[in-house]
Amino acid sequence: MQSHLLSISDLSKEEAFQILDTAEELRKISDGPMKKLPTLRGRTVVNLFYEDSTRTRISFESAAKRLSADVINFSAKGSSVSKGESLKDTAQTLQAIGADAVIIRHGASGAAQRLADSGWISASVINAGDGTHEHPTQALLDAFTIRSHFPDFAADFTGLRVAIVGDILHSRVARSNVLLLAKMGASVTLVAPPTLVPVGAEKWPVKISYDLDSILPDIDVVMMLRVQQERMTNFFFPSAREYSRAFGLTNSRLALLQPKTIVMHPGPMNRGLEISAESADSTKSVVLEQVANGVLVRMAVLYTLLGGLPLNAGTERKS
Amino acid sequence: MSIVLDSDDIARALKRISHEIIERNHGLTGVTLLGIPTRGAYLAQRLAKIMAEIEFAPPVGTLDITLHRDDLRLRPPRPLLTTVLPEGGIEGRDVVLIDDVLFSGRTIRAALDALGEIGRPKSVQLAVLVDRGHRQLPIRADYVGKNIPTSALESVQVSLTEIDKLDQVEILGER
Repeated sequence: MQSHLLSISDLSKEEAFQILDTAEELRKISDGPMKKLPTLRGRTVVNLFYEDSTRTRISFESAAKRLSADVINFSAKGSSVSKGESLKDTAQTLQAIGADAVIIRHGASGAAQRLADSGWISASVINAGDGTHEHPTQALLDAFTIRSHFPDFAADFTGLRVAIVGDILHSRVARSNVLLLAKMGASVTLVAPPTLVPVGAEKWPVKISYDLDSILPDIDVVMMLRVQQERMTNFFFPSAREYSRAFGLTNSRLALLQPKTIVMHPGPMNRGLEISAESADSTKSVVLEQVANGVLVRMAVLYTLLGGLPLNAGTERKS
Repeated sequence: MSIVLDSDDIARALKRISHEIIERNHGLTGVTLLGIPTRGAYLAQRLAKIMAEIEFAPPVGTLDITLHRDDLRLRPPRPLLTTVLPEGGIEGRDVVLIDDVLFSGRTIRAALDALGEIGRPKSVQLAVLVDRGHRQLPIRADYVGKNIPTSALESVQVSLTEIDKLDQVEILGER
């Protein structure tokens, strides 16, 4: 594997399953009395967040701390970025401080790639969401959550049916999930109003549907996406109420699901818009499990990227 | 390349170690076995089975020490192995760590660190199938299947039927 995690396409199927297996072992250890592990002692992990986040930032922070890394939190608000500092200057500052990993969330698609390829820093770069491009650790934790509910598919997702519903156009979570779930073998159906299906989605390894009711009875996993009003510069649907009636997981739609089907949401939820309060709080909802699993999966990612031999030093030390 | 222990030798060594553990601890009431994966975990299971014939089977667990190693950065990331805490935990127990080969002692140092995270055993003892010397730390084994003097350049390969084709210990030549 490379020393960065920028996109799900950086991972092979085997590497993806290996990260999930590592997270599984970490769960067994964390469930016991060993909450804190010395593995990354002395390494510095920087959370570089240009966009607001609750879950992802505290999840990465908690993961790094449980592995004994030192964590520096950086958010654009209240930093020199508000004085106009560029990504390059910020990155070089982090390099001077001696960061071993930079976890970046940025509003611009490709920001993580830019940071990794620029030569500004030697740290491992982990993409924690870049614009509408990708959010690979979210996809990994979603796959981990799915796997823990469907043990029959532990080694291969072939035959598992997943529907991803809602604002596909603005969703980096959807892009990463489509890539990862398809790589692992699942059959994925996107359900959204035509205005929220990105151009080119017909070339993705998915089926596309505009009718949620016909899809729901025959799936194992329904993944609801947040309607990203902050990214919507145009009118994509007539009204919130109409969206909710056509594409929201309402109480009556919840009843269409099979007993084993699980309901997922990457958070934060717009209750009453894409998901009803009853669906969000039902026994089928695994939203809080996703959050808990996020810490384990991010520990696994940090361990995989930072736990071993630094990759750029590999050739020198082999001799 | 030479075979230093065959399957009968391994069986006899494990039987003797079982008796030694029982003798040293005046029975098995306080004893908990903790195998270090991969092969140490299988050896722990075998010892418990032998002990069941002599007295009774003590609690058995496994302890993966990967995340506590001090040489993690010298090699590519390795997959994690299973940790299973023994029934009743380790608090106040006489814990016997079990590994296949004792070499530098670094694995055992990491295991002692990991144990400290889990709890406070009454005592910690170490049983190994093979002690090949070349210690880098002040660590010794309480129970040894066989002392095998080796060159630091050789490697010792333990095979167990649970995951390998047969039971044997061999020394592989200089690489």
